[in-house]
Amino acid sequence: MKTVNQKAWWLVLPVVICVAFSAVLPLMTVVNYSVQDIISPTRHVFVGTEWFAAVLRDEELHGALWRQLGFSFAVLAVEIPLGIALALAMPASGWKASAVLVVVALSLLIPWNVVGTIWQIYGRADIGLLGYALTQLGFNYNYTGKPLDAWLTVLVMDVWHWTPLVALLAYAGLRSIPDAYYQAARIDGASKLAVFRYIQLPKMRGVLMIAVLLRFMDSFMIYTEPFVLTGGGPGNSTTFLSQYLTQKAVGQFDVGPAAAFSLIYFLIILLLCFVLYNWMLRVGSGETEAPHA
Amino acid sequence: MPKPRFRARSLFLIAYLVFAMLPIYWMTMMSFKTNEDILSSFSLWPQHFTWANYHTILTDPSWYSGYINSMIYVAINMAISIVVALPAAYAFSRYSFLGDKHLFFWLLTNRMTPVAVFLLPFFQLYTTLGLMDTHIAVALAHLVFNVPLAVWILEGFMSGVPREIDETAYIDGYSFPHFFVRIFLPLIKAGVGVAAFFCFMFSWVELLLARTLTSVNAKPIAAVMTRTVSASGMDWAVLAAAGVLTIVPGAIVIWFVRHYIAKGFAMGRV
Repeated sequence: MKTVNQKAWWLVLPVVICVAFSAVLPLMTVVNYSVQDIISPTRHVFVGTEWFAAVLRDEELHGALWRQLGFSFAVLAVEIPLGIALALAMPASGWKASAVLVVVALSLLIPWNVVGTIWQIYGRADIGLLGYALTQLGFNYNYTGKPLDAWLTVLVMDVWHWTPLVALLAYAGLRSIPDAYYQAARIDGASKLAVFRYIQLPKMRGVLMIAVLLRFMDSFMIYTEPFVLTGGGPGNSTTFLSQYLTQKAVGQFDVGPAAAFSLIYFLIILLLCFVLYNWMLRVGSGETEAPHA
Repeated sequence: MPKPRFRARSLFLIAYLVFAMLPIYWMTMMSFKTNEDILSSFSLWPQHFTWANYHTILTDPSWYSGYINSMIYVAINMAISIVVALPAAYAFSRYSFLGDKHLFFWLLTNRMTPVAVFLLPFFQLYTTLGLMDTHIAVALAHLVFNVPLAVWILEGFMSGVPREIDETAYIDGYSFPHFFVRIFLPLIKAGVGVAAFFCFMFSWVELLLARTLTSVNAKPIAAVMTRTVSASGMDWAVLAAAGVLTIVPGAIVIWFVRHYIAKGFAMGRV
């Protein structure tokens, strides 16, 4: 049991101040804008929930939201299993482990717009390796013209970019399992699958939770990479929520509706993360108690 | 270990590594080509090998200062994130206090705010404070997503350290700061390394905020790279060389933390 100690607030205070400065203040500004119509820098009119109602009725927004949900779901469905499989396949120690770790992590450290730029060339059928190879294989691949190709390219790019995050975390989780566990499993004659299900998976729970939540949040907020790669097109097949928001806020300078949209966007992520967070906490705690029951 | 199974595993790993390396290989190859070479025809390696693109970047201050600016604000951000997150993570892992669970989730919610939401408010806030186009502005802005993550990671590592260690130290007469720095910090060294790595990573690659908050003096490399569109079209070759150079600092950082990752961490009570 943790000790009850209200003085612990003092330890948390610096973090609260930092985050309040860089998150709460800006968020309050957004709230402020969302209920006003800014006609000119000096003339503001209070409009109440009008922007919220307008945004909620926006058909384009609904489209962007569904595309976003589909994309984030696909990202999780591919990257989490792939990352775990990769972590299981990575060598446990020695120079090979170091080399593989560095190579795997490389894609994480490339600035996001550079990622988009690389793939922009990489996918071109005339001068890019991926596009050229696909064309030679007989596919009529064109990510700038065909919506499905564009969507798949963004997805593959995201898988390439972010699976290493899942893999690194899962790998660290795997390495924390003492050898004694495996020895015990061998004595019991446990199958590979049983070892994975009852030893490795529960031990990776903490790191996988971080991985799933981070991947979910970040894929839900994806902006730079598709912006550079496809610019949201063709049509609006890769216009996700952030893209749409930025078009509104910067492109059309509709500050009021953009602010209302921001808040709704934030609430959607918050709600989904809350559900995911609590679901994972529950699944996990059931896991550790199961053997005793 | 049975042989065939081992082979399937290695094959999978090699296949993934090839998948991971190909785009990077492509960028590296482009960085040694000339623009005509890149755009004229498909070739697996440079026809006219050249260092000119790297030369352009390393001799032009408007290019290389981008790297310096990025490194400065990333370092400031890393330092602030870790320093404020350490005591907070300790509080979350050791004590229960009024509203602790809510506070923890509230911190995480800041990691969930789309950066696009904050662009305009940040711009206005930092203009008012006179912080525009400074390294500290970007470093502070990046706290939004790095502090919650640092607290989360460090809390996981700290919860893995038995509470008895704290109690013994207090009985032995250590004061809290003394105990924390001398005894506790060395125990969670790996956690600090991993948290620092994540802070580095997310701050280094972020573009939207960094670009909005800077114009000249603190312009990050990622933003410098967006201006290579000229009258003759994109300067792909220089862009590729700049991209290759952006991987270098990260590769060095991961080289330093690889031991902590390879040693393993489970995050949280197990």
